[in-house]
Amino acid sequence: MIRVSIQTEAFDIAAEAAMLERLGVGAVATFTGIVRADDGVTAIELEHYPGMTEASLSAICEEALQRWGLAGCTIIHRVGRMEVGEPIVLVLAAAAHRAATLEACAYLIDRLKTDAPFWKKEYRGADAVWVEAKASDTQRATRWD
Amino acid sequence: MRLVYFARVREALGRDVEDIDFPGKVQTVAEALDWLASQSPSHAEAFADRSKLRFALDQRMVKPDAAISGASEFAIFPPVTGG
Repeated sequence: MIRVSIQTEAFDIAAEAAMLERLGVGAVATFTGIVRADDGVTAIELEHYPGMTEASLSAICEEALQRWGLAGCTIIHRVGRMEVGEPIVLVLAAAAHRAATLEACAYLIDRLKTDAPFWKKEYRGADAVWVEAKASDTQRATRWD
Repeated sequence: MRLVYFARVREALGRDVEDIDFPGKVQTVAEALDWLASQSPSHAEAFADRSKLRFALDQRMVKPDAAISGASEFAIFPPVTGG
């Protein structure tokens, strides 16, 4: 089971986990990314490439499903404006045992950061700055190659 | 061919989409950027630092040496920063 959603509204972590729990496979791992209060950041705004984003996230899920033999995998990513402390992204993986779900979760978020067409702008009050891609994110993702 | 722009590239060009008929000699992504940059100062400025640009043809990421022929949508954007 693959579920991918791009949405402006907040997500319900418990409801998303429950969907995978019903598969009855033994383990569900989740990762949530939150807007960080980095030196004065008050909010962020996320832009994406409609169509390509969904295809990219589905491909990442498909790869994780194959690689770790997952029973289910979910990626939910919000777009639009979010304030500090609000959730941005949720990834979940379900499988028979914990090791597969924890590794798959790490893979899903690492790949999403380097492959999926999202762009983040940081606001400090009224000042807005596009976030630069980090070499460390690319580095982290290469460990899955 | 439909060009689509995102994030900083979109803001630098002041538009998110434009339709361009490239001349026949323009065959790759890199050549398309050179040609666009030769047509207008705003494109020249937006495409000045190629290390900060990424490309997709029909919504698939490609390298600058990819052939553009046959593609209907050509996207130009900065390295991605989601998550």
